[in-house]
Amino acid sequence: MKSSQLTTHNSRLKLSEFIIEKLILWSGIASIIFVILIFVFLLKEGASLFRTESTIHFISGKFWYPISTPPRFGILALLMGSLWVTLGAVLISVPLGLGSAIFIGEILPRGLRDYFKSGVELLAAIPSVVLGFVGLVTLVPFVKYLFNLRSGLTVLSGSIMLAFMAMPTIVSIIEDALNAVPKNYREGSLALGATRWQTIYRVVIPAASPGILAGVMLGVGRVIGETMAVMMLTGNAAILPKSFFDPARTMTATIAAEMGEAVQGSSHYSALFAIGIVLFLITFLVNLVADFFLHRRKL
Amino acid sequence: MKKIGAFLMSLLIAGSTIEAAQNRIQIKGSDTMVNLAQAWAEAFMAAHPDVALAVTGGGSGTGIASLINGTCDLAESSRSMKAEEIEQAKKKGRDPKEFVVALDALTVVVHPSNPVRQLTIEQLSDIFTGKITNWKSMGGPDHPIVALSRERNSGTHVYFLENVVRKGNEKGPEEYDPGILMMPSSQAIAEEVSKNPDAIGYFGLGYLTSQEKAIAVAKTPAGPFIEPTLETASKGIYPIARSLFFYTPGEPKGNVKAFIDFALSPQGQKIVQEMDFVPLK
Repeated sequence: MKSSQLTTHNSRLKLSEFIIEKLILWSGIASIIFVILIFVFLLKEGASLFRTESTIHFISGKFWYPISTPPRFGILALLMGSLWVTLGAVLISVPLGLGSAIFIGEILPRGLRDYFKSGVELLAAIPSVVLGFVGLVTLVPFVKYLFNLRSGLTVLSGSIMLAFMAMPTIVSIIEDALNAVPKNYREGSLALGATRWQTIYRVVIPAASPGILAGVMLGVGRVIGETMAVMMLTGNAAILPKSFFDPARTMTATIAAEMGEAVQGSSHYSALFAIGIVLFLITFLVNLVADFFLHRRKL
Repeated sequence: MKKIGAFLMSLLIAGSTIEAAQNRIQIKGSDTMVNLAQAWAEAFMAAHPDVALAVTGGGSGTGIASLINGTCDLAESSRSMKAEEIEQAKKKGRDPKEFVVALDALTVVVHPSNPVRQLTIEQLSDIFTGKITNWKSMGGPDHPIVALSRERNSGTHVYFLENVVRKGNEKGPEEYDPGILMMPSSQAIAEEVSKNPDAIGYFGLGYLTSQEKAIAVAKTPAGPFIEPTLETASKGIYPIARSLFFYTPGEPKGNVKAFIDFALSPQGQKIVQEMDFVPLK
């Protein structure tokens, strides 16, 4: 009797464990499948453009006139617009982010760290369109005045706001990376007579550098995919920017501004999906690099 | 018993959904017209509490594309549909019907402090194609011109392209200069022009406030230079006045037809005037 009850109990336990294992497995597989399906969809919708347009002309063409007759689909200006805004955002957010992470992880009394980290992460809670609107009303006139520009709708305005949007990602990951450095590294350095600052920048930062680079790359991915804020702040001029004070048009803003009016199946529709493919590939590469650095940390 | 109850409940929900769908009208399109359509919708819903109208903007191109794609009941547009668009719609089984519901004076605006007060169509074309880049050419200060345009999904963008940039030659070779700043909405143009003394932009008359100054426009250098007003547009003497349209995916029926009739009624046209557009006579 006891033996048969035990057997029944074991059977039920094994069955439920089996089910749970399969659920977890399929959840993981589903995530991968969704990403693959997204890419296949992008490819299917975007690739039809290249039956009539050459890939080289698409990527290197300087003019984006999608509603002209005949239409001209050249995304070089959009690509450079996205890269300039991203570059600007990185130049602003990485020093600030690294400094913030060092302060939170190494300088602050331990009891306060969680509060500060939560504060930085709250920046991620501000909706993109709100940042864009605030930037349009306050930052754009300020940039025009400060640098005596013809218009404040520039790469710089977009970059500043995007830097704020990238900060939570960068600070959070870099701070985690600093935390992951074994305590005895610090103790060894201090024991040898190094100052606290010397310990931080000669020992802790080099040891955490893979994580720092990963944080930067994920911040880059966040910035390059940003849409509403850049649409509102950069002036959307499809030119090759020559400086941070020029207006620019990003790939993301182009998709957002024009997808609503593109009729399904039209060449304009395909062209916007083709831009989506380019964006997907760029962010995929960026995340791949970030992942590489994250895993290199284990060596 | 539980199953029967659930089944009846789902029937009830499905029934409500069918009932609700028949009383809901989705309107999409022109940023110029979105405020006007919203005002019409509110007045119409006050008189017909059982009908729900959803009004969104997104641009005339978006409205027309939604009509073709079958995702709206009524498209608003500040430009007429192209032959190619009508063809696309028919291929998808829709037969677009056009209704002129109001008139608009397309207003060119500059900062109130800008001394330039009038421009010809030719001059406007040269500004927006990048041939003229400094205000000095037209009696203004020695400053670079900051030209602002609507985005491509806008009917105002297309109308201005065909009637001003291309000087009335719809298929002409002229294009907006790539360096033109493209603004997502008429409100964004108003915002920038009100703060930037070097800016010039365009939008529907309904967006004009005391923060911007309207430019008088003429077809020839000899004039006459006409200010955009209710009166000049109504009399047809303003050179870049235009019709505002509703499009339906077929002959309108039921609530959609009632709404269009309301918009065209004296009460609806009074709302047009209140919103600073030009009522039909």
